Parts: sequence; C-alpha cells; structure tokens
Amino acid sequence: MSDAQTQIKQTVTENDVVLFMKGTKSMPQCGFSSRVAGVLNYMGVEYADVNVLADENIRQGIKDYSDWPTIPQLYVKGEFVGGCDIITEMTLSGELDTLFAENGVTFDKDAAEKIREANG
Amino acid sequence: MPMQAHEIEELLRAEFPDAQIVVEGSDGVHMAAMVVDESFRGKNRVQQQRAVYAALKGKMDGPQGDLHALALTTKVPE
Repeated sequence: MSDAQTQIKQTVTENDVVLFMKGTKSMPQCGFSSRVAGVLNYMGVEYADVNVLADENIRQGIKDYSDWPTIPQLYVKGEFVGGCDIITEMTLSGELDTLFAENGVTFDKDAAEKIREANG
Repeated sequence: MPMQAHEIEELLRAEFPDAQIVVEGSDGVHMAAMVVDESFRGKNRVQQQRAVYAALKGKMDGPQGDLHALALTTKVPE
C-alpha cells in the first residue's frame, strides 16, 4: 500500500466521521465541499476534515481508495457514505440522521429538522 | 475540453439505453444530470452513482477532467 493509502486508511479508522474536502470546514474552497461541511457544522457533528488541496497524493489517493471520482467524500466509521449529492439527499430524507444514530455519532436532531423544514 | 449536454447524454444513453435521462446546464463545466433506470433497483445510492460515473468513462477524473462538477440524481422508476 502506498503512503497515501496507508494514511487515508488510518484517518478513516481513527476518526468516527471524516470529510475529505476542498478547503477546510471553516474555510471551504468549493461549493460542493461547502455544502456538506455546512450540513455537518449545522448539525453539530464532530468530524475530522482533510483538505485535499493541501496534498496532491491525498487528493488522488482518496479517489483511488473509494473508487469515486469526486470530492467531497464523507466517511462514517471507516465506510464511504457518499459525495455531495448523496449527502444532500440523505440529509433531506432523514437517512443521515439514522446513519449517525446507528453508528453512535452525536448530532443535533433539532438542527437536522430545521434543515428539512427550510428545504421541504 | 468542457462537455456539452448532448455529449453527456450520449455517453449515458450508451450505457443506459432505456433510462429516463435529463441533462441540464450550459456552461459545459458545471452540469446536472438525472438518470432514472431499472438497473438501479436494489442498489444503494453509491452503487447507482458509481454506475453513472463508469458510463462517463473518466470524464470527471483529475484536474484535466472535462467535467469539473456534475450534480447527479439517480432513481429507480416508480
């Protein structure tokens, strides 16, 4: 396994929730990354953010790791959950709440409901 | 090279001949596509979108990828 693959595996194993994104959670540098980080921030989820723009090996490595061509990519308990479109749909349908609850990830249920009310 | 909506649609059509396909957007870089196909039945969203990405044959890969962003919606027919 290359260094990047080892590093990615370690990151998604050691953190319950990880978002590989362009930019950081406090300063996203792409609309799609911004949308997913915004949902997680608003729902008060504790997560690790990895800025793929800071490391070209990780930027390509994460696409190889998941066999998924785009960024952002959300991981929960080491499992790839999806990109921006999937996370958006799951947020609005409530599936993301269920996924977090099943995996023991703390989040603000009221905030999640507010997102759905605002986008219902 | 940016891709036009009809080029994206042709690639998708080749892979999903019977699907309902809608491609939107005109700048060729930030596009949106919806694919409704029976072959998605029983697959989760990641598997469905993987199938669509595969049909696009690397057009979204890397910094030199033709498509920077394709907002994707996949569904099973009602």
